[in-house]
Amino acid sequence: MTAADLVVAPPPRPRSGQSVITRVVIYGLLFFFAVIYLVPLIVMVMTSLKPLDEVTGGNMFALPKSATFAPWTRAWGEAAIGVSDTAGISGYFMNSIKMVVPAVLISTLLGALNGYVLTKWRFPGHKLVFGMMLFACFIPFQSVIIPMAVILGLLGQIGNQLIDATGFSFGFGNPTVNLVICHVVYGLGFTTLFFRNYYEAFPTELVKAAMIDGAGFFQIFRRVLLPNSMPIIIVTVIYQFTNIWNDFLFGSTFAAGDQSPMTVALNNLVNTSTGVVEYNVNMAAAIIAAAPTLFVYVVAGRYFVRGLMAGAVKG
Amino acid sequence: MAFLEISGLRKRFGSLEVLKGIDLTLDKGGFLVLIGPSGCGKSTLLSTIAGLETISAGEIRIEGQRINDLHPSKRDIAMVFQSYALYPNMTVAENMAFGMEMRGVAKPEREKAVAEVAKTLQLEHLLKRRPSQLSGGQRQRVAMGRALVREPRVFLFDEPLSNLDAKLRVDMRVEIKRLHQRTGATIVYVTHDQIEAMTLATRIAVLKDGELQQVGTPYEVYNTPANLFVADFMGSPSMNLLEGRVSRSNGAASVVIERAGTVPIAFPAPTSANVEKLSEGARVIFGIRPEAVSDPESVNAKSKSVTTFTSDVEIVEPAGSDTFVVTSIAGKEVTARMRADSDIRVGQSQVFALNLDKAVLFDPATTHRI
Repeated sequence: MTAADLVVAPPPRPRSGQSVITRVVIYGLLFFFAVIYLVPLIVMVMTSLKPLDEVTGGNMFALPKSATFAPWTRAWGEAAIGVSDTAGISGYFMNSIKMVVPAVLISTLLGALNGYVLTKWRFPGHKLVFGMMLFACFIPFQSVIIPMAVILGLLGQIGNQLIDATGFSFGFGNPTVNLVICHVVYGLGFTTLFFRNYYEAFPTELVKAAMIDGAGFFQIFRRVLLPNSMPIIIVTVIYQFTNIWNDFLFGSTFAAGDQSPMTVALNNLVNTSTGVVEYNVNMAAAIIAAAPTLFVYVVAGRYFVRGLMAGAVKG
Repeated sequence: MAFLEISGLRKRFGSLEVLKGIDLTLDKGGFLVLIGPSGCGKSTLLSTIAGLETISAGEIRIEGQRINDLHPSKRDIAMVFQSYALYPNMTVAENMAFGMEMRGVAKPEREKAVAEVAKTLQLEHLLKRRPSQLSGGQRQRVAMGRALVREPRVFLFDEPLSNLDAKLRVDMRVEIKRLHQRTGATIVYVTHDQIEAMTLATRIAVLKDGELQQVGTPYEVYNTPANLFVADFMGSPSMNLLEGRVSRSNGAASVVIERAGTVPIAFPAPTSANVEKLSEGARVIFGIRPEAVSDPESVNAKSKSVTTFTSDVEIVEPAGSDTFVVTSIAGKEVTARMRADSDIRVGQSQVFALNLDKAVLFDPATTHRI
């Protein structure tokens, strides 16, 4: 063996055999769990593309023989939802959008404002206020239903009086508005928590610099805080969007019939007790119901992890 | 009437008093450096001038106008923060123009002012960048530019150089000095670095525990420190402080420093001291700067009063430009500054010369200078 051989010879990889086994085990497990998680989705997608006779007569895991989008169009525009006259889930899908978008925006904005005040404009008792808002995070939905119903009932009465007086309710008593109020109030604890913790690590010197520069309370918030809060805004929006979109309890309690959100309509569609159960249509409707949250995760998901980490460690 | 006047200023956080009656004045175009150890209240004092902290008692005036209760933005001041506090979402130009924008200055005017300051600070090629794309020194310059562009009455600097590396710090120090000389701005500057204080200031205010220890020119603070704290805090290496006693004969006072096992060092009381106050046998603390202790050959020829003593060399620290030699007298370390080429070795017996023109005496009971 020459000296050159010694120089170029790569160092032996320690216990290379074991590392191959480890990798096989790791990838095997990952694959296994990925399949377990994906199977329901795959079955749903395949079932939704099959005609009904293929669903009832065939194997659940068989590929569709004559793939059709008819169940999707039926779910979207034709299927009977409970006892309602409206056909398809499209109207309820829109109900949900009309509820979710304002609720998410308002609760996020108010949470940001709360976080800003609780960290940069501290007042005596700010800890107590934050503590109570945190407490709101631990209150289950069910326990606020009756107080909420009383408040919404009062708002409805105000709405009726406004209609008598002016002919217009100004949104009081409207089921969608009611649901927005519920979700904003209920979500405020979480959004405040997110933003307070984010702004706690936000350099106070920036706020002081802006004060000296002549910016007021809201100017500092809008020009300095908010533009530098993108990660936590995305986290909050994903969190709120998912929670509010998926909510069933408030939706089924405070909105009825045509005003129901998507989740309630899906339940009414699937739980129908008349006629044949159209599994393919149900599956299509379920996928449509889950699509917006999936979409939000795919688009903004990478910020979600980043945002959850932000502020945890400095730098 | 001084340009900036602070009188009887007190600041309490609950029961804790962090500023205990500060009286300070600064003339227009002056450079006041607030210096002191951590927690002495210097940054709090600056914040009260800025209006970011309220004050518990006293008064702050700029050009005779009482500004105690004015909002920070109404005080016509600009501040450079330790962390620079540049808005991360704005470009350099937007950062610099933000203050004017908030004050409703028209866009062409803003752009003109920014362009001018950018030229002065050589920031022109950086105007479109964001703070995250700048180096530490560039951020520092942008922070100064943001202050300059508004042309405020008073500039406040809160330890602006402490986040820079040693080399850049020296460069920026020179740049700040040049900026002050050229613009004639009135500046209040907080630092804990006594070299920054000495080189930049026209007036130094030394603080400790919320109380002013001494206010004066850098020369006064360095050469005639008001008390032991200032003597020890200013200067690097710090002043040599030795315990001695007074001996009087024929109306002339002299200082005697006892040394165990060898002859005491005795010499006439320094001219800076008020001789009348010195009574026979009184204990004093004798202070002398390292540069006033040297070998007999390199004593300043102009010095009027010199005394020598012999002692063993304990440590030799070559610093490039000088060599610091440490010996001990009566258990206290004494540092001497020698020429860099002096041939001194550890353990050898060396004759040291004290230039008494530069020496001071302190009263050990009150710690004040005599």
